[in-house]
Amino acid sequence: MSKEMMYQRDVYGNTLVELGKEDKSIVVLDADLSGSTRTSFFNREFPDRFFNFGVAEQNMISTAAGLASCGKTVFASTFAMFATGRAWDQLRNSVCYSNMNVKIVGTHAGITVGPDGATHQALEDIALMRVIPNMTVIVPCDGPQTKDAIKAAAKMQGPVYVRLGRAKVPTIEGLGNFELGKANVLKHGLDIAIFACGIMIQQALIASEELSKSAIECSVINMHTIKPLDVDTIEKITEQVNSIIICEEHSVIGGLGCAIEEVLAQRGRGVRVARIGVNNRFGQSGNSKDLLKEYNLQAEDIIEAAKKLHSKS
Amino acid sequence: MNEKDLTKKAARMRRDVIRMLEIAGSGHPGGSLSAADILTCLFFNVLRHRPREPQWPDRDRFHMSKGHCCPIWYALLADFGYFPKKELESLRSLGALLQGHPDSKIPGVDVASGSLGQGLSVSMGMALAGKMDNKDYRVYCLLGDGEIQEGNVWEAAMACAHFKCDNLCAILDHNRFQIDGRVEDIMNIEPIADKWKAFGWEVIGIDGHNINEILNAFEQAKKIKNKPTIIIAKTIKGKDVSFMENVVDFHGRAPTQEEAVIALKELADE
Repeated sequence: MSKEMMYQRDVYGNTLVELGKEDKSIVVLDADLSGSTRTSFFNREFPDRFFNFGVAEQNMISTAAGLASCGKTVFASTFAMFATGRAWDQLRNSVCYSNMNVKIVGTHAGITVGPDGATHQALEDIALMRVIPNMTVIVPCDGPQTKDAIKAAAKMQGPVYVRLGRAKVPTIEGLGNFELGKANVLKHGLDIAIFACGIMIQQALIASEELSKSAIECSVINMHTIKPLDVDTIEKITEQVNSIIICEEHSVIGGLGCAIEEVLAQRGRGVRVARIGVNNRFGQSGNSKDLLKEYNLQAEDIIEAAKKLHSKS
Repeated sequence: MNEKDLTKKAARMRRDVIRMLEIAGSGHPGGSLSAADILTCLFFNVLRHRPREPQWPDRDRFHMSKGHCCPIWYALLADFGYFPKKELESLRSLGALLQGHPDSKIPGVDVASGSLGQGLSVSMGMALAGKMDNKDYRVYCLLGDGEIQEGNVWEAAMACAHFKCDNLCAILDHNRFQIDGRVEDIMNIEPIADKWKAFGWEVIGIDGHNINEILNAFEQAKKIKNKPTIIIAKTIKGKDVSFMENVVDFHGRAPTQEEAVIALKELADE
């Protein structure tokens, strides 16, 4: 891991500006959180192609569909909670059903929003977005991958949800190329495979280094695209290991873990699975470090789960 | 088209609505019939469109926010040749082009609707795109009166005025009924004109079955600058079919075969 730390939303804002220079069809929308989501960067450069809807997410999302129907590539942002929760019907019926070229970039996702507490901590957004037909779901793990994800979203036709966090995140070294729908295998180890997304990649890498010291060798796989899921990589990896751990800063219901388990169950893969995620609870106020500890989302929790799995094998 | 021809055409469209709903066995006749005169006028005398080139970038847009009244829209689209008239016979059946609510796969339909309250926002998106691209097309959006109970409508109403969408014209099909009963009994929306005025809109009130009033309202709306216009069209639910007029049951029930025969007789050319 590198010492470089970045806000994914800074990268998002800068990437939008970069894309906006090349492509005049890009239009950016926000709902009174442009300073936080960093769509304000785009507004500064291209005020004619930026619209602030005030605190009205439903209106923003359906308007995005109308703009897209006229050939615009629309990026619409607010906190993940409100983008995916408040405006879910608008996303499903106005955007996804008509397969409109609208990119939803939800920032401040997950428990690490911190002090704002439960109402602002989206722990269900991956599940909510994953169930809608035509929707692509991406969870980039660091700054550089955020740039790749935003560019990939802009390039493809159709609706995309990109999940970003609030806090600064370390840049992961050796991530490799970003290819939509193709997982990055960051480490090879034959004892346990750790599938993770978002900030849990960092925790998975820390855990795997620690586990190496106890002679437990882990594969670490960055599942940045939740939908379409990289079934080939899941199959290949689970042919090599007996135990896997799935880590996400999200509810254990409906997210990455469920997506992978669906594949395993359907293919009859008899691997043991441990889950690291928020266990059917709401979040609460606190700083992100304390919250990761309280909700068992740390490297220590992965290590414990790995040792338990390993002792049974 | 002149007034007489438009009246005749509207009656034909109403007949198509009755026929397709009778075959489909379900659907929403009441609101289709109440909007028939408005939409016939719009499609024949107002809208700039090319049925053979549905995606013509300079076309005026029409979006039916009250999507459940699509039978009247489908009848008009078929009449203009957007798709073969035969499609009307398979409305609401498996694999059909004509879905129970508007689907963007249908030539002439840009964005799906059906989940109420979203269409004014969709239309605003089209209007904003037109302004950005310096195009002179206009956007028309049909709303239902029960529909404006949705909060999303008022978010859009506020924003259309804020963004000065004078290229957008909404039409409220004010037939005073919703599926559970009279609008005033279920959830009162009055005073409607005052609400839209307070949100910054130009408001034009008309009789939604008077051809001249409808055409004049559309012309008047084109001249309004710096704000959006809403035409509040007082209409009769189930208009021109005696046993459907103002009968709430026909909001969402298709006519039986016997009822259709009577309805078609009542709607026949004189």
